[in-house]
This record gives sequence, structure tokens and C-alpha cells, in this order.
Amino acid sequence: MTDNTFEPTIIGFTCNWCSYRASDLAGTARMKYAPNVRLIRLMCSGRLDPTFVLRALSEGADGVMITGCHPGECHYIEQNYKALRRFLLLRRVLQGLGIEPERVKLVWASAAEGARFASETTAFVEEIRKLGPLCWGKSSEQLSVISEQPDDLLLITDNSQKEVPA
Amino acid sequence: MTERIGVYVCHCGSNIAGTVDVVDVANWAAEKLGHQGVVIARDYKFMCSSPGQELIEKDIKELGLTRVVVAACSPHLHEKTFRTAAKNAGLNPYLVELASIREQVSWVHSDKAVATAKSKAVVSGAVSRVIENAPLEEIKVPINPNTLVVGGGIAGIQAALEIANAGFRVYLVEREPSIGGHMAQFDKTFPTLDCSACILTPRMVEAGTHPNITLLTWSEVVNVAGYVGNFNVTIKKKARFINEELCTGCGICQEKCPKKVVDDVYEAGLGYRKAVYTPFAQAVPNFPVMDKENCTYFIKGTCKACEKFCPTNAIDFNQQDELINIDVGNIVLATGYDLFDARRVSNYGYGRLPNVFTSIEFERLSNAAGPTSGNIVLRDGKTVPKSVGIIHCVGSRDRNFNNYCSVICCMQGLKFAHLVHERTGATVYNFYIDMRTAYKTYDEFYQRVLEEGTLFVRGKVAEVTDAARYSNEKGKLIIQTEDTLAGKQRRIPVDMVILSSGLQPRHDAKEVGKMFGISCSTDGWFTERHPKLDPVATMTEGVFIVGCAQGPKDIPSSVAQGAAASARVLDKILQKEVALEPIKATINKEMCSGCRICNGLCPFNAIAFLADDNVSEINPALCQGCGTCVAACPAGAISGMGFSDEQIIAQIDGLLLRNLEPA
Amino acid sequence: MNKYLLYPGCSMESSAKAYMESMNAIVEPLDLHFEEIDDWNCCGATEYLGINLIPAYSLIARNLALAAKQSPPVNGTGGTRTVVAPCSACYLNLAKADHYMQERPSLGAKVNEALAAGNLQYKAGTLDVRHLIDILVYDVGLEKIRDAVVRPLHGLKVAPYMGCMLPRPDYQHRWSDHEHPTELDDLLRALGADVIDYPLTTNCCGGHMTQIGPETAFELIRRLVADADERGAQMMVTVCPMCQMNVDAYQNEMNHFFGTDYHMPILFFTQLMGLAFGREPKELGIGMELVSARNALANIGVEEPVTQEPAAPKKKDEGLPMPRRWTRHEGRKEALK
Repeated sequence: MTDNTFEPTIIGFTCNWCSYRASDLAGTARMKYAPNVRLIRLMCSGRLDPTFVLRALSEGADGVMITGCHPGECHYIEQNYKALRRFLLLRRVLQGLGIEPERVKLVWASAAEGARFASETTAFVEEIRKLGPLCWGKSSEQLSVISEQPDDLLLITDNSQKEVPA
Repeated sequence: MTERIGVYVCHCGSNIAGTVDVVDVANWAAEKLGHQGVVIARDYKFMCSSPGQELIEKDIKELGLTRVVVAACSPHLHEKTFRTAAKNAGLNPYLVELASIREQVSWVHSDKAVATAKSKAVVSGAVSRVIENAPLEEIKVPINPNTLVVGGGIAGIQAALEIANAGFRVYLVEREPSIGGHMAQFDKTFPTLDCSACILTPRMVEAGTHPNITLLTWSEVVNVAGYVGNFNVTIKKKARFINEELCTGCGICQEKCPKKVVDDVYEAGLGYRKAVYTPFAQAVPNFPVMDKENCTYFIKGTCKACEKFCPTNAIDFNQQDELINIDVGNIVLATGYDLFDARRVSNYGYGRLPNVFTSIEFERLSNAAGPTSGNIVLRDGKTVPKSVGIIHCVGSRDRNFNNYCSVICCMQGLKFAHLVHERTGATVYNFYIDMRTAYKTYDEFYQRVLEEGTLFVRGKVAEVTDAARYSNEKGKLIIQTEDTLAGKQRRIPVDMVILSSGLQPRHDAKEVGKMFGISCSTDGWFTERHPKLDPVATMTEGVFIVGCAQGPKDIPSSVAQGAAASARVLDKILQKEVALEPIKATINKEMCSGCRICNGLCPFNAIAFLADDNVSEINPALCQGCGTCVAACPAGAISGMGFSDEQIIAQIDGLLLRNLEPA
Repeated sequence: MNKYLLYPGCSMESSAKAYMESMNAIVEPLDLHFEEIDDWNCCGATEYLGINLIPAYSLIARNLALAAKQSPPVNGTGGTRTVVAPCSACYLNLAKADHYMQERPSLGAKVNEALAAGNLQYKAGTLDVRHLIDILVYDVGLEKIRDAVVRPLHGLKVAPYMGCMLPRPDYQHRWSDHEHPTELDDLLRALGADVIDYPLTTNCCGGHMTQIGPETAFELIRRLVADADERGAQMMVTVCPMCQMNVDAYQNEMNHFFGTDYHMPILFFTQLMGLAFGREPKELGIGMELVSARNALANIGVEEPVTQEPAAPKKKDEGLPMPRRWTRHEGRKEALK
């Protein structure tokens, strides 16, 4: 285990019809990607209440990945456009809160795009790694405690990443 | 701590256990999540097997579990399995939660420590979530036994006949004056070379005279309301200006009409019709239609030749469009395709070079009932071509136009080659990228055409031009192509070029899809529920898609889909009622402020505003459960069953391991 | 008044003087105002990009930077964002630089680094780069051009030659079609000319192959001239100085090479517009061409101006109807989808 690399924790939201199936496909096809993202399945990206994102960031996530069907392919006709609207507004809110808007990313992936899901995930983990830990709501004292005693559950190495196809 | 939770970690043979320390995960859950209510955590080789399910059922009964978490594969695979197991043991099936540690962990990560750690987090998320799950009941709605079939091509006719033969009422709506669709325009069908009209006409007549089929031609669906089992559909029956009660279909009006018009639809622009017309002799129904745009009476106010000669006084210039309202339980969309507009590939010269024809033009040209009585001639109407080039993949498999393969064009090109060869003895060249002759007896047909002496050049044609460079090219169309097998550029002079044009979604597919509440793929074809296992159903319950509306396909596949959809419809009708997933949104009226923000967000018109109470209300049968309104409600008055805020927030906290210490 | 920035390019001041003179003659009657970019430089023509990319793009981008600085629009009025290039090679180079600087930010950065040495910078996508005929057909409009015609070119049979650099690659979807654009046909028809169907309209004239491999160029020129001749054209009409020069200046040598005897004059479309607008030939640079257009122009000189539209062609009873032609509106619509 490499102790010095920062391993971000990321919450991913997927829609039931496209992006969750894309992640299933990435699994079936045994595509390796960064293990830092933990997924939550929603019926549609339109279900994503922006407060979920804020909740995740405030409870310890370093980034949030929102995924859904490609524009025009939403199984609820056009609800992913509503997700897009909220996403754009949310980024402005984050900026206002002093959080890098890049910590939240929107990815469209169809049910057939397992490879895209995998590569976008890995890319996002790298982006967040560059930004560093978010540490929302933690005092500097708590931070030093965390850095001294890393929770072995949150510490994840990235050995598998080398196998991710470009 | 009121819930009693069981956690079951599946080995899935070595699929999961090979990468995840499943025993460690189970022990960890029992130890660290005990305060959350986990009373038992087990690992087992195959949870989905009968013994695996029995294990859960036994625990539910003996340990009095009130919640179950199964850490195994994707919920799309086995959610139903474990929900059924819970139901068998007397637990509400919606109190079971699946944690996917196979597709999302063991199969995509290779480091065992990392995979085990992530599995723990995923299980933790599911445990926190399942506490917030609420017991849900399926919703039952009655099914109206009538069915609407939109589109009277071969796929729609097949679906309508199957349902009608089973004894149920079908409304068959067709935009054109006659049913028959594209198949009615064809001369021969590949690979058997059956005469298209000979095999289609009996079906059309059967559909037209069937006591259970209400035929609505020259009509279009203008509005769809309601939901599975209870659709209310408004159909616009366009004015024919012919009284159908009186008309005998004698055809005198067409004979006497002085106005000749190029027939863009049935004759593909290659022949003429009158301003009052039936598109072809075998049309069903046989009543003509008056083309208001071109009728001399409607333009100038005088003429009425048809009226003077009609022996039964069936001409009615005052007829108006009519709106018909019907109730149906299921809908089958068989709206077909548009032909790719070959003028877009300007380097093939269609529209500029007279002797470049499209596939549908050639169908009419070779059809005995067509404008040349089946004589294959150049556009001058008399010269028989001595050499013909058939270009495949026009507008298909081309990044500039459509990426997809149009499926039928290879076989169509072979059929044309055979017909040209048989009727004119001309030299025929086929220019193809790949020959795709899949399905029964198709490749044999290819072999036959090869043996007949048709020449095949493998390569994408760059250009069709009339700019001669050498003396043997004078007056010819020159096909410039790369011959990829010979590895060189070739210029082949021919008299006639036929473009085997691809198929495209209907120009109005998007709007039609919206009206019926179904979506289109990026290419524009209607999206099926599952590309392999559910190809005729859609994401909207009770709406089915068949034939080319779903994607390019040949006649046998279209017929098969028509029949398949009818089986699905009959299944629904015979069940008399349908169970809907209870994943729905509901509005708490106490909390609703009547702001109406949610009203405009719903694409299914499921949210109605009750002006008297100043609150909004969701029709559970219309709601498809996407949850967009739940996320939008500023008052938090809308909750999404199965995906409530509480469930999701609990899952977020669980995934971030915020639930490890007792609160 | 429509205001534009003009990037004339080197040819307009030398080999294509006739183009410059005739363009200046039609600008005023069409209420166009062209403001030349100060201190512009050569675009590098067709060769430089093949030799060294970054300097070549920087050379082109300098003109864009100057243009963007010269006339920025203030609150949507006063200035302009549109650069007009009458030469097809210049048009293509400017459009290409603008496109690739935007598509490849690293290229844009490097070019701007070079520009910075001259205290310049250019943000790709700021300007609209357009060809003269694009302005005439889509901004001025065929209606207005038709109204300005006082001497319709009835009886003059012309082959519309667009050349290869204008329609392809069509970065901004400006043309009706990449392979067979009809803008020049439509424009010439608006002048009253008898426009032949010319299948080689976007074929290559040989470009600078006349210098590198004359035999290759001669064959390309022969195809163009032979086909126009075959179809009864009295002259070719072009929008590009390079095309004009190759077909005009090398026609004699080409004839000599193949033992043929073609006499196919080639003029700029602006020269014919000038004539149709009633200007005198000498104001329009007519006579500067090497293959004389005198005989061809005699066709309109002697003919009485026809005021009526010619009678519709006799209806053919025989034969099958043709499909409707693809229009430029449809082309643009498809392209923009």
C-alpha cells in the first residue's frame, strides 16, 4: 500500500436504464477501473436532488459523479435535461460555497457504453486526486487526526488502474 | 433499533469470492453494523440457488427478519429472485435490497484488499438504505380489451390480424389512403422472388373485411391520453371528400378527373395519378381520396367533373376533417420508415443525372403495375439499358449520413441485379462494402446471382458522373470507385445507376414518440425495452413497437415482430388487469403549497393541479416513477416510493461509512 | 449598409487584378462596405501549411488578430465580426486556422505565443471568415442582385466552376453541398446567364501542380476545359484566382501538350456581375484574360435585352419525371442538423 497517494472517495449517481446498465456492462466485460467510486442507483438522473450532492460532499465524499442517459435517449423522454439544468446551477452554488465546481461531474453513458463508463470514472478519480481532499466541515485538528490515523476502509490503493484501457 | 436485518454475501462461485474476501465482509457487517440492526450475516456459495433462497426464507421466519440485504450481483439480474423469496417467507418484497458487489466490485477491480473494502462500503450503504425502505404493494389496473394499431404496413397488418383473429377489437389507423405500406410498392420480394402484391393483397383484404378490425385510413393519431389498459386516443380522420357510404369504388371519378399529378408517394415520383385517386388498383379500402392541394375545384372553384360523372353521388366537396375518440388498452406502433433521401449524396448525382434511380424508383420501374408496365428503361421512357451499376450502402454505414447498416439493401441490390439481368440481359455491376446475406436462404440467393454473371466490385463508390474522360465513356454514367480487392481505382461506364438507399426513421418519429410517451435512439429509431430480451415492448407499459419503426428490417422480421407484439397484447388483454411497479411519486397534500413547479416537469402529464384545493395531485397509473418532480418540489411535499429522500440519504451516509458508530 | 473587413490576399493585387477591379465595381450598387485589414500579410497559400505547421498557422492568424483588433463590434453596432476573403485559398486558410486553433487548444496557445512577439493575440472563434460569394448569395441575397441587373446575360452559356478549396472541408456549414454546391449556379442564373450543368464544378484545377508536375496539372485542366466545351459552354466562370490562372494561363500549354485546340475563356463571377449591372468591360478588367472572352461576350453585346422570361420548355409527353432538385436551403438545413 502506498501511503502517500491520496485516494479520493467519490459517490456516483446512476440512472436505472442507461448508466447503471453501463456500469453493469463494464462489469460483465471485466473492464478494470478505479475503485474509488461507490454507486447509488436512481430511476432517472432527473431524480437527483442537488441536496444529495451536497450531503455526500459534506459527509466525506471528495467528489460526486452524476451519470445518465445521453440527451435524447432518456427513458423518461427528457428528464436528463432537467438533470443537466440542475447540474449547471449546482456548480454555480458550489462555487459560491467555495468548493471547486470540478468536484461534481456529469457523464452521459448509454447502456452500451461500459467502456465509456469505466474510462470516465478513472479519469474523474484522477481529476479529484489532483484537487486533493475536500475535508468539508472538518477543523484542522480533526484533519491532522485523520491524516495520522487513516481509516483503512477509506484508504484504497489503485493497483487495478494500470489495467484500465485507454 | 427496531429493524432486524439479515445480510447475505454471495460467493457467486469464484466470481465474487475470487476477488472479495466474502467471509470478512459478512463478519464485518455483523460486527460493525450490529447497532444498525444486523442480526445475522452469512456468506454462501450461490445465494440465487434454491438452497441459498431457502436460507434467507428460513432466517426470515426463524429470526423474524424485517429487512434483507443480499450482496451479490446487479439488481437487474436477481432483484426479482430475492424479492420473491422474501414474499414466500411472508416479508414484503420491497424490504429487500441488493448490494451489487459483482458487476461493481469483483469484476472491475483486481486488488483483493481494495475490493473487500469497497464491498464493505457497498453493503453498509445497502443496510442503511434498507432500514428506510417501506413496504409497497403493486398497483393493479384493469385492461380495456380494444387495441390500437398505428400504421397499416405489413407489420401493422400482421399485428392487427392476429389480435382480431383472437376475437378482440382492433383499430387500424393508416396515414395514407390505403393500407399496404412500402410492401405494396415492391415488385418482387427477396430471396424467393414472390410477387409482393400476390402475397400482400390477401392480407390487406382480410384486414379490410375483418369483423373485428375497424379500418381508419387517411387518418392520423393526434392525441394520446391515459395509460396502459386505459388509453384514450384521438384520431383525425382527414376529409376524403368522398362519401364512403355511397362510394362503390367504381373508379369513374379518377377516369374523368382532368388533373394529372406526379405521384410522390406510391409511384415514388416516377408516375402520375389524378387529383382524385386510389393509390393503386388493389387498394384497401377501395374508396378514392381527393387531393385538395391539386384539385382544380379547390384551386379555381370550378370543374367538379368527378361529381358530374359519379353514378352514386358519392362526391362531397363539403366534407370536413373529423375527430374520432376511442378507448383502447394497448397500442402497437408500426409506423415504418422513410427512405434515405439520395439527393443528399450529391456525388452520386441523384436528382441531377436523369439515369440515376433510387431503389424505390427501381421497384416501381420493374413493377408490372408501375409507370412503365414493368419495362426496365432509362428516364427517357424507352431505351433499355445495356449496363447497370447498383450501388450499395447509400446513406448507410457512412459517417456523413447514417452510421447504421440498413439491413435490407444488400439483398435488395441482389434482387435488382437478378431482375435487370433477367429482363434486359444487361451487364450488371454491384458495388458493395460488405455483402450481408444473413438469414435463411439469403446466401443461396447471392450464390445464384453470382452464377447468373452479375459482377461484384468491393469498394465504396466515390462518384457517379457524366463528365467523360475517355471515348468509351461518352454519353454514359461513369462510376468511379476503389476496387479494394484488386487494389486499384476503376472507372466503369454504365447506362443506368441504381442507388440501394438505406432506411431512415420517419421524419416525424420524434414527435410521434413523444405523443405515445416512448423515446428514440440517437439514430432516431424507437427504443425497445430490451434490445435482446424484450424487442417489441417499450419503456411505456402498453405501447409496443414493431417492424421498421424499431429499426431497419426485412419483411419476415417485420411480420415476426407484428405477431410477437400481438402475443404480448393478447397476454395483457387475457390477464384482464395489469400489475404496475409501485415505484411512483405521491404528493402529501398537507405540505403542497400549490406552486405548480412540478406540473410542467412531468413528461407523462401525470400531475394535475386541483384548483379548488390549490394542490397538485399525481395520477399513479400515469406516473412512470422517474422522480424528477420529487427532486424539484421546494416544499418536500412529493415523495418517491422506492427511492425516497430518506432512502437515498441513508445510502449516501452508509456508503461513506457514517453509520459505523451508534448515534 | 453591410460592413465587412476585407482580406484581399496577394493574388488580388497581381494576377487577379481583374477580380479586384470587378469586385470594387459591384460593391457600391449592392450597398456593401469593405474595410481592408491594415497591414495584412500573405496567408501562405497552399504550400506553407505542408512545410511547417506552427509558423504557417501563425502567419495566417496574424491576419485574424489584426482583423479582430481593427473593428470590434460595440454593443452590436459599429464594427463587424465578419472577414471577407475573395480568394478561395485565403478563405480556406483563414477558416482552417480559426477552426483548428479552436479545436486544438495547444495549437491555439502556440500560435498566440508567436503572435505575442508582435503584441498581438487572437481568440479563435471570434471572427466569421466568409468568402465573397457567400456574402453575395446569403447576405445580399439573390433578389437584390436580380434587381440590380440592367443588362441580363441572356444567351451567354456559362460553366459555373466553384473549385475545390471553397466548399471543402466546410467547417462552418456555409454551403448547400460539399460535392456539388449550387451557389454559383444560382447567382449566375440571377444575372440571366444560361448556366449549364457542370459536373466538374468542384474538381481541382491542379493548384500549384503547374509548377511541380505540369503533366498532372495539364490533365486536370484538360478535363475541366474539355467537359465545359463538350457541354457547349462559351466560357467558364470562377470564384478563385488560382482556378482562373490555371485554366487561363496554362490553357495554351495544355493544348500544346495534348494536341488539342480548346478556346475556353474563364472570367471571375464578379466580372459578369459588373457587366449585368451595366458597367463597362474596361472597368471590370475584361481584356486582361489570356484566352480572350471577346467572342463569348459578343453573345450578350449584340443581343437585344430580353425583358420577358423565356417560355417554359415544351412539355415532354414521353419519359418519366425527374426527382425534385436538392436545393441549397435543404443542404444547409441537413448540414446544421
